[in-house]
Amino acid sequence: MSQKTDQELVRRLAERARRLRVSVLEMIYRAQSGHPGGSLSAAEILVTLYEHELRVDPKNPRWPDRDRFVLAKGHAAPALYVELAERGFFLKSELERFRQIDSILQGHPDMKKTPGVDMSTGSLGQGLSVGIGMALAARLDQKDYHVWALLGDGELDEGQVWEAAAYASFHKLTNITAIVDLNHVQLDGSTREVLAMDPVAEKWRAFGWRVIECDGHSVEELLGSYAAAKGEKSGPTVILARTVKGKGVSFMENNAAWHGAAPTEEQFQQAMVELKQSAAAEQTTKPGRDN
Amino acid sequence: MGITMREAYGRALASLGERDERVVVLDADVSKSTRSVVFLERFPERFFNVGIAEGNMMNIAGGLASCGKIPFVNTFSFLLTLRAGEQLRTGVAYPRLNVKVAGAYIGLSDSFDGATHQDVMDIAVTRAMPNMTVLSLSDHVMAARAVRAAAEFDGPVYLRLHRNETPDLSREEDPFTIGKAVLHRDGSDVTLIPTGIMVGKALEAADLLAKEGISAAVLEIHTIKPIDVEAIVKYADQTGALVTAEEHNILGGLGGAVAEVLGEHRPAVLERVGVADTFAESGAYDALLKKYGLTAEAIVAAARKALARRLTWRSRRRGAHEGRKRCI
Ligand SMILES: Cc1ncc(C[n+]2csc(CCOP(=O)(O)OP(=O)(O)O)c2C)c(N)n1
Ligand SMILES: [Mg+2]
Repeated sequence: MSQKTDQELVRRLAERARRLRVSVLEMIYRAQSGHPGGSLSAAEILVTLYEHELRVDPKNPRWPDRDRFVLAKGHAAPALYVELAERGFFLKSELERFRQIDSILQGHPDMKKTPGVDMSTGSLGQGLSVGIGMALAARLDQKDYHVWALLGDGELDEGQVWEAAAYASFHKLTNITAIVDLNHVQLDGSTREVLAMDPVAEKWRAFGWRVIECDGHSVEELLGSYAAAKGEKSGPTVILARTVKGKGVSFMENNAAWHGAAPTEEQFQQAMVELKQSAAAEQTTKPGRDN
Repeated sequence: MGITMREAYGRALASLGERDERVVVLDADVSKSTRSVVFLERFPERFFNVGIAEGNMMNIAGGLASCGKIPFVNTFSFLLTLRAGEQLRTGVAYPRLNVKVAGAYIGLSDSFDGATHQDVMDIAVTRAMPNMTVLSLSDHVMAARAVRAAAEFDGPVYLRLHRNETPDLSREEDPFTIGKAVLHRDGSDVTLIPTGIMVGKALEAADLLAKEGISAAVLEIHTIKPIDVEAIVKYADQTGALVTAEEHNILGGLGGAVAEVLGEHRPAVLERVGVADTFAESGAYDALLKKYGLTAEAIVAAARKALARRLTWRSRRRGAHEGRKRCI
């Protein structure tokens, strides 16, 4: 990849993340229900995975050789759905039926209803274990697919996450990567108020994982982290992606009140204005754009 | 209406805390949802937010109870009864520790979050646990009463709390006794036996049935365990046709409990209204209730069916008697 295409790719994916944020808020606003905070914080992570990293085939969602993705923090479903629609797993018009009766888009991911969803989730703490099962199956079947699991940092409170962590490193699984959306906010408040898992990098290391820390809103850093994680051949890797919960909408940022609340019309309009402004700002601050 | 069951629960907890220093409250990062936050605001030193760690929470509660505290444990009902279900069984029910387990968002009431967060099996799970008392409340007044009753009761209690606003059904002065059914209206043709939000629907159904000239009794069961055998047997005798109604799987819940009573004491015709052994889905609450058959109309249809079955049942029994006579 040349320097120039690289930059173009980064710019394109960053713009995609901004659009994903718009779509996510449209879905939650329309449904008057859903989880904006953790969907916005995971925007760049999902865009980089689905639009660059994952080997999937939207025409063949159950392709046995596909990479697997487990959204352990299932409440970020809107962000996942936007990406699945973007890749063509289903029509974008389905996004309008999010959380409505008879919809293929449930409040939390449902692998029986939504093409492209590899595992039903929504109850925190289980996703990494499921990912381990997929990684073990790849070993048995001698397949080269890679498994990705996206966890919340509040989710790390669950003991099961650490049971999974111990198991994966003990068995030297290298075909699974955990990503933690490290936004320091859970439902009742900040992780520092409820249950801080700090120092989180040391905890993962103590459990035998290689740790990569990066800016979870930097497309460049995320892409670099994925490549490094897959290059590791001695054991599992966790990417601790530093993020801001509610990223992109000033009044939602770092605010636990926006974990699971839908915006009013006024708030929605303001959010749209802010996200549009951020697009304009992007264009003026990136001088290389017309080169 | 006015306030939700969970809000009434939170307030009742706070006033209980005022009267009894032994009361402590635990939550697993959903205190704003369960409304245990109301207690936190008054008594932060007696409130423990353990983070997203339900199993840990349940055993911590057991430890607190073993030292004389009265812990109220809070999170969504599916997490209390399933994720922390083994801790509840071995760490609370088995040693019969004085822990109160408040299951929030029961039934389909967390409608938009979908099947992962809904819970149609909590009654089945808790009912099968030895030493457990299981309370299923029908409105905010009763929820508050149940908090006090649970605190006064020595032993593990499971409380079933609804998420959304529900119609008012009881008054402050109504008695609430663990183990005692509540007769909302008497009737002679069929007995409707609802619990939770289905009480309101059963009362509506009784009105609809009255228009057809069918007299329906409405007997609310708020204590699923120990169940009021006497009242059920009495109404089996009085009507011979019964309909249970619950926001729960028809397997293992109130319908199952009543079937057990009838089978053992007074065989009678029984129809069960509830979720037909399926996971539901995301959607508006009323739309879900309709799609999954939790309506007054569904109760009316079940009552008609029970009455029709009672007729054929009785004539078949008569026929069997006569047939036997002829053979002799
Ligand atoms: C086992 C379990 N406990 C509780 C919940 C309710 N819940 C949903 S999201 C959430 C907070 C999650 O925080 P975090 O993992 O940090 O996610 P993020 O900040 O990325 O949204 C909670 C407590 C749940 N879904 N599953
Ligand atoms: Mg978080």
